[in-house]
Amino acid sequence: MMSNMVTALNSALSSILENDRNAVVLGEDVGKDGGVFRVTDGLSEKFGENRVIDTPLAESGIIGTSIGMAISGMRPIPEIQFAGFMFLGFSQLVNHAARYRSRSRGSFKVPMIVRTPVSGGVRTLEHHSESPETYYSHMGGLIVVEPSGPYDAKGLMIKASKLDDPVVFLEPTKLYRLFKEEVPEEPYEVEIGKAKTIREGSELSIITYGTMVPVVKSVVEKRKIDADIIDLRTINPIDENSILESVKKTGRALIVHEASLSFGVGAEVSARIAEKAIFDLKAPIIRVASHSLPYPFPGYEKYFIPNELKVSKAIDRIMSV
Amino acid sequence: MKREAFSGSVTYFQIMDENGNVDKELMPNYVDDNKILEMLKYMVLAREIDAKALSLQRQGRAVTYAPLLGEEATQVGAAMALRNNDYFVPNFRQHAVYLVRGLPMELYFLYWRGYEEAQKIPENVKGLPVIVPVSTQMPHAAGIAFAQKYQKTGSAVVAFVGDGGTSEGDFYEAINFAGAWNAPLITIIENNSWAISEPTRMQTAAQTLAQKGIAAGIKRIIQVDGNDVIAVYKAVREAIEASDGGPAVIEALTYRMGLHTTADDPTKYRPDSELEKWKPKDPILRVKKYLSQKGLWNDDIEKAFLDENMKKIDEAIDKAERFVPDPKSMFENVYSFVPDVLKKEMDEAVGENFWQGDSE
Repeated sequence: MMSNMVTALNSALSSILENDRNAVVLGEDVGKDGGVFRVTDGLSEKFGENRVIDTPLAESGIIGTSIGMAISGMRPIPEIQFAGFMFLGFSQLVNHAARYRSRSRGSFKVPMIVRTPVSGGVRTLEHHSESPETYYSHMGGLIVVEPSGPYDAKGLMIKASKLDDPVVFLEPTKLYRLFKEEVPEEPYEVEIGKAKTIREGSELSIITYGTMVPVVKSVVEKRKIDADIIDLRTINPIDENSILESVKKTGRALIVHEASLSFGVGAEVSARIAEKAIFDLKAPIIRVASHSLPYPFPGYEKYFIPNELKVSKAIDRIMSV
Repeated sequence: MKREAFSGSVTYFQIMDENGNVDKELMPNYVDDNKILEMLKYMVLAREIDAKALSLQRQGRAVTYAPLLGEEATQVGAAMALRNNDYFVPNFRQHAVYLVRGLPMELYFLYWRGYEEAQKIPENVKGLPVIVPVSTQMPHAAGIAFAQKYQKTGSAVVAFVGDGGTSEGDFYEAINFAGAWNAPLITIIENNSWAISEPTRMQTAAQTLAQKGIAAGIKRIIQVDGNDVIAVYKAVREAIEASDGGPAVIEALTYRMGLHTTADDPTKYRPDSELEKWKPKDPILRVKKYLSQKGLWNDDIEKAFLDENMKKIDEAIDKAERFVPDPKSMFENVYSFVPDVLKKEMDEAVGENFWQGDSE
């Protein structure tokens, strides 16, 4: 059926709860309210308050107790209401969720999926629009996933629920209801750790993910650019093979993401290209990203996030070499 | 051998009931009818500004807004208790506190237009900017209180946190620090009964939120009717006066009569019957009843008061809406200097006209 990302995720969560008796959903307002973006809508009625749990307002507690449940054989799916609030649970994620397996050489595991809305462009208050993927990818131990559409969202969520690892599942707020696509009603999986080539071309590789996927697609289609568009979908572990394969073919690499430029995913991708494919390049790598600043208040975000013009000018530059 | 190692209790008080009757024994001698009139005026004005902000949001002229409807007494009572040199630390719903403390009204509306310039808070207001992540302001408040003690300023700090906020680790850490340091921190738990969709009973098994202060070793623990502006005023004023002797926790029982924010729909989780039950306890209603009996308030006085202020409100909105943002300000205010790499980013954006690419 045609679904937006919210209903696709809702369907995925519903199927996980149905098929895994140890799975629970927990967080602030996930029950009766159905989550502030309605991703958990109706789940409490369907599965009961015992499995769709409205928690006290405490992000560190939500993630920390989820870790405890996970090491006890459950599969918690905590929701953190907004990306900026997840930093209150940062210690639990990086000090514990990421490390139980390695610190115990595999005798403890933390199968859980921490969901949170990310990125901006929807004019919300401070701390509601961050793109935090780098923080969670940097230390190792956490799988970081970020779909850009309904189909991938459902398939990645179901795949995440089959892993015995902590997964940070980032859901771009702007894409929640931006468009619908065909999403099967039955469960299916989308591979984690594998990028998707959403458009094939021969002159340029554009590596992107999340909110920038529709922006890049729009520019490429309008200008009829002969480009590969690669949607990373999984940030960590990064799909180096797909990136290198495309860049070796086209000889040009443009990386576009909404997270800030400095020390971002673009730096990681361009370093790998520089290390392993620099002699295949016809032009210097270009990164297009938000400014290297704290995410601004909503009045300024249109100056902060890359727009089509910025992507388009970067394409001009890279193609002119 | 066994003995009682600790015992504690929390006392609740109310001075003016919902019919405007006053408990004469509890009524402090420093509150006269003029003071009560001043309280009412602030509450009426706060409600008017709140309604205006809500309507601007509905017209697409403001970003997501968090209304204060129903919580005027807690905020006005507490803010009026502050002395000139005392500080306040808000979360995100304390609009009436800013009003009482004299924040220029255009800055208030500018905040809800979404610009950082709105938080260039004049020094005399002695308050922090809006803090959005619940309870994360509380350790700052404890630190500010420590600084007052260290610098011997004699100032107290009044910090606001919601019922939901008392579940956060930062809340416990802050009141514990204040207790351990014996710092002049007055924590006001603005218990409006709901944390978005969750009633207070889902936050905690504790009977009161005030009692959390007992565990932090705080001696002055009070629960008041948060819809009774006089009770709140008295509790906070006396806590401030005693603050050189240590911190206080005051739980004000009030009610969020409206939405969590404009992105919220309470009909999904809150029974109408509950709201109806709280309507007669409205914080403004009782004060109007009291002052009407004394001949100090009536419809004509109210109309004249609102007419006079509506002009100021409209001018403030106009000023906020005429604000022209300068994207360079994003770059120029992150550090005490503009690093070279950042300047290059800024110059590129200007040179390439990136900021012209989007229309609002």
